[in-house]
Amino acid sequence: MKIVLLSFPLLFLILLGINLLFVSSRPTPMVNQLIISSIGDASYLNPVLAQDSASSDINGLVFNGLIKYNRDLQGFVGDLAESWEIRPGPEPEITFFLRRGVLWHDGKPFSAEDVKFTYDKIMDEKTQTVRRSDYEWVKKVEVVDPYTFRVTYKQPFSPGLGTWGIGILPKHRLEKEDINTTSFNRNPIGTGPFRFVEWVSDEKIVLEANPRYFEGRPHLDRIIYRIIPETSLSEMELLTRGVDYYGVLPHQYRRMNEIPFLKIYSQPSLSYTYIGYNLKNPLFQDKRVRQALTHAIHREEIVQYVLYGFGQVISGPFPSHLWYYNPNVKPLPYDPIKAKKLLTEAGWKDTDGDGVLDREGKPFRFKLITNSGNDIRRDVGVLVQRQLRELGINITFETYEWSVFLKNFINAKHFDACILGWSLSPDPDDYMIWHSSQIEKGFNFISYVNPEADRLWEEGRKEYDLERRRKIYWRIHELIAEDQPYTFLFSPIGISALQKKFVLVERDPSGREIYRPIQMEKAGLMYDLIKWYVPRGIVMEK
Amino acid sequence: MTRFLFKRLLQLFMTLIGISILSWIIITQAPGSPIALTMDPKVSPKIIEQMEKNYDLDKPIYQQYFLWLKKLLTGKLYSFKDGRPVLEKIGERIWNTLLLNLVATLIIFSLAIPLGVFSARRPYSFLDNLGTFGAYLGLSIPGFWLAYLVILATVKLFGYPVLGLRSFVIEGLSPPEIVLDRIWHLMLPASIMAIHGIAGLSRYTRSSMLEVIRQDYIRTAKSKGLPEEIVYYKHALRNALLPIITLFGFLIPGLIGGSIIMESVFAWPGIGRLAYQAVLARDYPVVMTILTISAVLTLIGNFIADLLYGVADPRIRYQ
Amino acid sequence: MKGNGTTSQIRLVWKYFKRNRLAVGGLTILIAIFFVAGTAPLLAPYDPGKTEVSLKLKPPSLKHFLGTDQLGRDVFSRMLYGSRISLSVGFVAVGISIFIGILVGAIAGYYGRWVDSLLMRLVDVMFCFPTFFLILTVVALLGPSIFNIMVVIGLTSWMGTARFVRAEFLSLRERDFVQAAKALGVNDRRIIFRHILPNALAPVFVSATLDVATAILVEAGLSFLGFGVQPPAPSWGNILTEGRTYIFDAWWLTVFPGLAILLTVLSFNLVGEGLRDSLDPRLRGRR
Repeated sequence: MKIVLLSFPLLFLILLGINLLFVSSRPTPMVNQLIISSIGDASYLNPVLAQDSASSDINGLVFNGLIKYNRDLQGFVGDLAESWEIRPGPEPEITFFLRRGVLWHDGKPFSAEDVKFTYDKIMDEKTQTVRRSDYEWVKKVEVVDPYTFRVTYKQPFSPGLGTWGIGILPKHRLEKEDINTTSFNRNPIGTGPFRFVEWVSDEKIVLEANPRYFEGRPHLDRIIYRIIPETSLSEMELLTRGVDYYGVLPHQYRRMNEIPFLKIYSQPSLSYTYIGYNLKNPLFQDKRVRQALTHAIHREEIVQYVLYGFGQVISGPFPSHLWYYNPNVKPLPYDPIKAKKLLTEAGWKDTDGDGVLDREGKPFRFKLITNSGNDIRRDVGVLVQRQLRELGINITFETYEWSVFLKNFINAKHFDACILGWSLSPDPDDYMIWHSSQIEKGFNFISYVNPEADRLWEEGRKEYDLERRRKIYWRIHELIAEDQPYTFLFSPIGISALQKKFVLVERDPSGREIYRPIQMEKAGLMYDLIKWYVPRGIVMEK
Repeated sequence: MTRFLFKRLLQLFMTLIGISILSWIIITQAPGSPIALTMDPKVSPKIIEQMEKNYDLDKPIYQQYFLWLKKLLTGKLYSFKDGRPVLEKIGERIWNTLLLNLVATLIIFSLAIPLGVFSARRPYSFLDNLGTFGAYLGLSIPGFWLAYLVILATVKLFGYPVLGLRSFVIEGLSPPEIVLDRIWHLMLPASIMAIHGIAGLSRYTRSSMLEVIRQDYIRTAKSKGLPEEIVYYKHALRNALLPIITLFGFLIPGLIGGSIIMESVFAWPGIGRLAYQAVLARDYPVVMTILTISAVLTLIGNFIADLLYGVADPRIRYQ
Repeated sequence: MKGNGTTSQIRLVWKYFKRNRLAVGGLTILIAIFFVAGTAPLLAPYDPGKTEVSLKLKPPSLKHFLGTDQLGRDVFSRMLYGSRISLSVGFVAVGISIFIGILVGAIAGYYGRWVDSLLMRLVDVMFCFPTFFLILTVVALLGPSIFNIMVVIGLTSWMGTARFVRAEFLSLRERDFVQAAKALGVNDRRIIFRHILPNALAPVFVSATLDVATAILVEAGLSFLGFGVQPPAPSWGNILTEGRTYIFDAWWLTVFPGLAILLTVLSFNLVGEGLRDSLDPRLRGRR
């Protein structure tokens, strides 16, 4: 009996020992595949229903839209549509001429019926999709012939073109199904360069090359999305080569950069972080006060220390690397003296000598809030709190869990100031954020009103010409920068790490395959994913 | 015995109803909506309202409760997050959680019982005191903290993946190596999950042994001249182990609660992580169902424990 | 059962408690932690919220005993203040749970019959929930704040206390002194709180000590999942969770708060077990 008792712990130790021997002796093989680390699991592999970024990334490889953004995010190129025509007028028409001979992953041919089917599904009230808002201005759609699809709008709506980049669903597969709960959402069929193989919940999603892809078979054999719920854990997996590609956090950059088998890329992102002031609050109704706050917040310091330099201080509501950002508007400089002067002009002085500014006997005091779970916003808040306190503003900073934050504070307009960020699409139409009609129920929760800006937002979404749109948005940029309803903090620069084994395959003029290093595009590192390849014979150092 | 069983089953049923109502009350206190979780400036509020309506979220609370019950029983309950049947989602993950917990339990029992028995052999000796202190340490250590340090250390030492069910680059591995890989991925989280249990159970075993060796029949056996080793490891041990068996039934309650953190740390695709994600996403059908299912498992566990107790201890008779 | 009897009993307990070196060690550490928490503003070399970004993520040194965090705040000062949060979560939560537990247990045990069955069914139902998941769900849904966390932990952990208070009451209410009081027409409330409860308090005290340890661990676990006391408040769980992101850059952000939690929880456990041993007459003679 004693021996039996003893044998259990011994067995445990032996098992552990064998395991340790095994893991310490394993080499890393070279495989022609890409393993991407994703922080969350996907939800719907269906471009109409998906809302999260993990699902969207995968849907982008499995499905095609009619068109897609070009590599500079400044216009479109055909995807399932070979070309298109816009007929302007009070009720503009877009006609898409579709590519012929495209096959779904199950071998059935693709046609304009599929496009119409997708549109109808989006517009069906029973479909649980938020994308319906994109097509509000569509009057009707028609299938002219199997390879021609026409959309008519109720009024000019230029952002409408971009919405046809949504992934097209196969009619033959979904016709008789409830789109919200169909098994298709976990077992999709698309027209894209990669086809779906397997999805193990919370673990991985596997895609493989589509040999019949209309632009040719991708060079990679496989793409695997691994779900790793935390960034420092992803970093560990990157080191053990369990992951090939991973979005690096700023503080990890230096360490990653020193690892010989990794290449680091960076690229400004389509988003920005800001402090929004509730303009219903009398404290913030004076423009000078808002300008003073911006002058008092040392944004360069925030970028340098919180983002490790991976951010760009911005002057207005657009990401700084795109065509509609007005480079002539300069960010207000960090200038506490100017800030103090502006506040004094607005009537805020420290009359009782307690170190806090006051006006008519009331101290300058407010609460800054943000959502929890975002480390960068949390750190920004702490720094802003310190910087404004130096100016004599009594500011408290609190974080709340996301749903509580939205429901009890933002949507209820029950806040003084908040730190938040916008993730934008490449189209500049941010009508829903800034137009005064969006105060009641839209995203203009700071209650910003500027009649000239309102008019320009309306004009901008009716204008199809890029140059004329640029002028409109540049003017909007000026107006909003002058009003400072937000303190625009920064637009972060995204960093990603990729194992060095990947190359781009291209053909030289004689038709021979040559390898080029992978390059960052404005539209993202993976814009040319179908040309990625892991060449054999290149021995990677460990 | 039949009457006892019947009575217990009736009690079980009543408790079950209580559980489901209570969990429903908790859920409906939530301020958040499962729809508007992302702030997408391209989405109009009208559409969000429509979508909430499709989920019956505009109905009165008691109606929602009966709808949930009806959908659960007819298998038509779908997750808000990905539109899949809730039971299917739970079903595909529950085996991973059970496997992890089973291994952890095996580790607990195979380490804790010997530890407790040997400690009780010479109570208050240096080794016993060391064991006592170790046990308190085990009870007090924050599991996720330890897990982090252990993951960090293993990655630095071996450079071999530790997260998830298995390694990803498994080309070139032979089948026995694949098995070893799985075991490796299982061992770390299971061992760390077991620490708490080892500490507790070894203490329990120790005091149970001490209790038994003070009993008259052990003294009698000793005074009859039986070798002490035999008395201790045979007679005493057997009697001390009986109540421990019943603890199996009580292990189930910790199953889901205890797994939430460890499954998150080790990227283990189990029920605990599902539960946590469902809470984050306000996926009410999933949260509700997991709460109810785990409560049911607990009820069953208690029931089994009672029965085992009756088997283990003939002095207890049910009426 | 009051007056002289109680003092001599306390003295007796202390006599046995003293012999348990581990428990005394735990008690010493606990007293130290309480002292630190009480005098944090005096002891802390820096303001816990003061940022000095140019000094961020500096390892422990003579200037910053436990290093600095990602915003250059002094970890030592933050930990000192953090002890207040962690301890108050532990104590208030347990206070609530003890209060409910005693109330429910006393009523069930004293009145018996249908009151007892009803309350014990409720205890059964509550026991069936996976506690941590329940706490997580409720805190997440109500919104995590220090107040909500205390209340929710309290509301979900009273069942054990209720059970053994009830058991004590069941046996005590048959005892002579209770019967005598009843015969004399003393009202129920007085009997429950003045006559029976003092005799049932010892085990409550032991389990309360152990529960504080658990509550501190639960708060740390909640913080880990993002539902603990919300930053920038410096609870130990928060410092640990914030530091986790920088585990490769700054080990001290992860290691020290973890050690602090471990040490505090360990002390509570040691003291609790020591109390249990010295309160239990059967275990007394053996050391």
